[in-house]
Amino acid sequence: MSDRKWRPRPAIALPSRRRGAHYTVRDLLTESLNGVSAKPSRLVISVVGTLVGIGALVMTIGLGQTAAGQVATRFDSVAATHLEVQPATASGADGKDHPTASIPADALDRVTRLAGVEAAAALAKVSFEARITAVPVNDPSSTAAVPPPIVAVSGDLLAAVGGAVSGRMFDRGHEERVDRVAVLGAGAAQALGIENAASSPSIFIDEHAFTVVGILESSEIEPGLVDSVIVPLATAQRDLRAGPADTLALRIAVGAASTVSHQAPIALAPNAPDGFTAAAPPTGAELHGDVQGDLDLVFFMIGLITLVAGGLGIANVTMLSISERRSEIGLRRALGATRRQIAAQFMTESLVVGTLGGLIGAAVGVLTVVIVSLAQGWTPVLDLGLVLGSTVSGGLVGLAAGCFPAVRAARVEPADALRDS
Amino acid sequence: MSEPLQPLLDLRQVTRSFGGAGAVTALAGIELSVASGDHVAITGPSGAGKSTMLNILGLLDRPSTGEYLFDGEPTSRLSERRRSTLRATQIGFVFQAFHLLPGRTVLENVSMAYLYGTVPRYERGRRARDALDRVGLSHRIGFQPGTLSGGERQRVAIARAVCTEPRLLLADEPTGNLDRANSEEILALFDELNADGLTLVTITHDQRVADRARRRVRIEQGRLTEPTA
Ligand SMILES: Nc1ncnc2c1ncn2[C@@H]1O[C@H](COP(=O)(O)OP(=O)(O)OP(=O)(O)O)[C@@H](O)[C@H]1O
Ligand SMILES: [Mg+2]
Repeated sequence: MSDRKWRPRPAIALPSRRRGAHYTVRDLLTESLNGVSAKPSRLVISVVGTLVGIGALVMTIGLGQTAAGQVATRFDSVAATHLEVQPATASGADGKDHPTASIPADALDRVTRLAGVEAAAALAKVSFEARITAVPVNDPSSTAAVPPPIVAVSGDLLAAVGGAVSGRMFDRGHEERVDRVAVLGAGAAQALGIENAASSPSIFIDEHAFTVVGILESSEIEPGLVDSVIVPLATAQRDLRAGPADTLALRIAVGAASTVSHQAPIALAPNAPDGFTAAAPPTGAELHGDVQGDLDLVFFMIGLITLVAGGLGIANVTMLSISERRSEIGLRRALGATRRQIAAQFMTESLVVGTLGGLIGAAVGVLTVVIVSLAQGWTPVLDLGLVLGSTVSGGLVGLAAGCFPAVRAARVEPADALRDS
Repeated sequence: MSEPLQPLLDLRQVTRSFGGAGAVTALAGIELSVASGDHVAITGPSGAGKSTMLNILGLLDRPSTGEYLFDGEPTSRLSERRRSTLRATQIGFVFQAFHLLPGRTVLENVSMAYLYGTVPRYERGRRARDALDRVGLSHRIGFQPGTLSGGERQRVAIARAVCTEPRLLLADEPTGNLDRANSEEILALFDELNADGLTLVTITHDQRVADRARRRVRIEQGRLTEPTA
């Protein structure tokens, strides 16, 4: 043993309330990190739940953003080369929106004259509830359950909205002769049991027989057309009580969007151009967006549930570790720890575990997004805020999970805890 | 033989009962003064209330009735926070079960004693090493407690208890888990610490341990009987 003299405290006065160092944040962090890492198996178990939950959330949100990024790219090119002109609407006395102008019959001639307009088509939805069948019998059971919508069209539809037709599209001649011809959207054709237009099959819209000249396989700008029956506008006005066109679809030269959207309303109504609005068409992605949205919600819910389970996991493991570490708690109290310091330590341990789960989870989520994007040929869209936010969320889950165990740890009576060893 | 020193510890009619309506009376009116610098051994049969009394002396527990004065100050009026500070700075504990944290080195275990006290961080390492040097374990600084012998572990625990330079050392069966040679080392250490002015209260079953103290106190069924030395 050393021969140095032991130096007892001078026998004066108790120590003042605050003197010298005190339990610092650094002490707290060091002790918590030590506590967490003391048992790696315990650490792994308590991290996994949060990791999976955060990972699922980051993956869902990241993939959603990435997919939205691809849609936005497409939307940009659509917006650059397509316009839709529609009558402006105002809400009427009945609370519904009514158009404040109507598209004139010679609208196509007027807009195609504008510089920058490459193709134009006029469209009208036929609100007349027609029965549509492929056979001329009055057998209600043979009709499609929900008849496909009828869209009346004039002008160069294919050029204006893009798309592919097998067979052919009806043309100006059909329109001028007011022929009963139809082009079926692929979806509508399937619903009516028609496979192709090669044999010029007929369909019956009410009692009128229409010759099917083509099938619209796809449309970039108006995906809704694929499920519709398309007929010439003049024919629809004569036979199906169609009104004037309600939409002009334009394909325009790149860079002409702003001039055309300014000039088209003037061309249609020189005295009241405010009666029309011109805008980029809504993308078909919205239709798919709903489906995507449902899927996102499912993953999001799975992520949330896993996260809650992860939180419960942390709480559970922390509770277990508290009963294992009772004597440590007793020792710390004997060494002068207050109840609050004990609580703070277990809260911090839980926070560390949660943050760790959040961090690794975010990394796993990001990795998944990158891998999926590469496989799909997408450009991954990764939001730094998402990564930071999910790490913080992990920490919050940890904090929440740590509350109850921390209170339990603080309540441990040191005298009891030191007795059992 | 004891010279008239100012009492560091003063128990006045202290009782402690557990479990509501007087279920167990662990201490039934203890009257005890311990002078600063004294070394008191407490003996008595199992369940007599020795540990209960030590917990009260160490401010880990409060009397049910009566008053405990630490250095002349009535402790019943102290806040929890103040009691914690006193434990951190004035009182050291040594337990039969050592209570060393596994997974931390000997040095880290000793340094823990500074966590809740007032010794500044930059002094902790040096002081902890000094304390380990003092108990003869300089060469075990980086070891894990699990690799040490029982006697070495208890010496680490003693280093932890005294490295903050407390005025009071409370030991509950410090040699209870040790063989005779190791016990002897611990007792020598205690003698040395006491000679330097540290006040010691030791609970023991072992008559040889009791004989090394300046003063012996016996508890039976929560009451003191003080045989003359
Ligand atoms: N937290 C508690 N709750 C209920 N009873 C208790 C509690 N702590 C101690 N006791 C009781 O108080 C009495 C004294 O216990 P104590 O631990 O002080 O005895 P001891 O003298 O230290 O015994 P040993 O030599 O076996 O350690 C015992 O009857 C014990 O059962
Ligand atoms: Mg005991």
